Amino acid sequence: MSDDTIDLKLFVWRQEGPDAPGDFQDYSKYAKGVSTHASFLEMLDLVNERMSADGERPIVFDHDCREGICGCCGAVINGIPHGPQKQTTTCQLHMRQFENGAEIYVEPFRAGAFPIVKDLMVDRSSFDDIIQAGGFISVRTGSAPDANEIPIPKESADASMDAATCIGCGACVAACPNASASLFTAAKLAHLNMLPQGQAERYKRTRLMIQAHDDAGFGGCTNHRECEAACPKGISTDFIARANRDLLVATVTGKDGRLV
Amino acid sequence: MTSALTLTRTTIGQKVVVAVTGLILFGFVIGHFLGNLILFVGPEAFIDYGWTLKHNPPLLWGTRITLLVAVVTHIGLTMSLARRNASARPSRYKKAREDQVTSYAARTMVISGPLLAGYILFHIAHFTAPGLAFGGAEFDHVNIYANVVSSFNVWWVAAIYVFANAMLGLHLFHGAWSALQSVGAQHPRYDSIRRNLAIGLAVMVAGGNMMIPLAVRGGLVGDAEQLRAAAEHAEELRAEAGMLTGDHDDVSGEELE
Repeated sequence: MSDDTIDLKLFVWRQEGPDAPGDFQDYSKYAKGVSTHASFLEMLDLVNERMSADGERPIVFDHDCREGICGCCGAVINGIPHGPQKQTTTCQLHMRQFENGAEIYVEPFRAGAFPIVKDLMVDRSSFDDIIQAGGFISVRTGSAPDANEIPIPKESADASMDAATCIGCGACVAACPNASASLFTAAKLAHLNMLPQGQAERYKRTRLMIQAHDDAGFGGCTNHRECEAACPKGISTDFIARANRDLLVATVTGKDGRLV
Repeated sequence: MTSALTLTRTTIGQKVVVAVTGLILFGFVIGHFLGNLILFVGPEAFIDYGWTLKHNPPLLWGTRITLLVAVVTHIGLTMSLARRNASARPSRYKKAREDQVTSYAARTMVISGPLLAGYILFHIAHFTAPGLAFGGAEFDHVNIYANVVSSFNVWWVAAIYVFANAMLGLHLFHGAWSALQSVGAQHPRYDSIRRNLAIGLAVMVAGGNMMIPLAVRGGLVGDAEQLRAAAEHAEELRAEAGMLTGDHDDVSGEELE
């Protein structure tokens, strides 16, 4: 490994609490000599260590697995959720993506339904509310079946798996001009609605999860497809059309009784 | 039916209604565009076309009422959705959020929409009621060929129509594609043609409509001979209608209206 390092012009959003005013602070003096092999979060770790040594309060940010699979991390980096690299979470974004002397602005995912906890950390409980409304299977589906016991077309299994790659990070909401969680909701719906075990509660699930989405205060979809571009898993907006179709069927036919 | 009415309880349901009313309006715009093209067939054919529409009250009023309901629903629900979308992000990004893939048409829907609403009011006032005369010409309720030519001979009237149709093209492009998405008309096999279909129809309608003011300005439509033929044909129709009502002299524009 080479020992290339870069100096950054780093500006990070600092905010004490949900209702406190916030602004960008210039931390360029702590962001010198950053290894290009460092991930974005490791760069923030380095900055935090140096800030702590100076007696400053470290930058608060969410993180957990640092492998791009848990959905914990996420910040808007130079106007793009998870930064400039396609299909990459913030933790998997590496500093070699940036030029020496690059200006980097880091701010939290912004949405009314994602209140800021502190600095870059936001409260994504509204996603849990959507899942709790119907993102599960409660009918009895039996114990683990033998392989290939339930016939599932390969295309359906693949599409369902594509939807299931959603890690619930919230980049779709952050990228959407309307702060809509349509892609998240649609992915979670497709994940269950495209498999045999999900059929029994398909339409009820669709209505309840979409209602929970609206109740949380997310905006509606206007088909900009910014969510798809920002999604670290590259989930397609085709799933949104699929959710729309299921909602239309559920509502017009009244398949599962009333909505709420 | 009561189930269908609960559609408006969710944002997606509202969008479905916006999509369906949008598709109704899109259908009308295509029909209107095809009718407009009759202008290029010749003055007699165009005047006959207008005359036929005008003397078919069920078609005329059926269309007017459908369009009015569709347009009011479309605008009303869109405004409510747009307000909701605007309030879903109370604190804006301080370093501007970068658009990566969205189109100019998609970003300007909230601008092209109100501009089109204004244009539609102008267009109706201009060619239907009260019928505004431009360029010193008299508005003629039968000789619609002369109305078109005399209006578009005024440069700023032609400019408004060209600009409005550019807006219409953008609105139709994103609208058509979005509407298919909103009603869930999606299938891997047909996804690639959805966008191309939207572009094709939008370019066809907007481009075709723009050809009319441009053709008048370019002198391809509305020379002296064509205008004379139009005036003669309008007189013939008036005379015919006069014979039918048995009162030739009193058949005025107002009665035909």
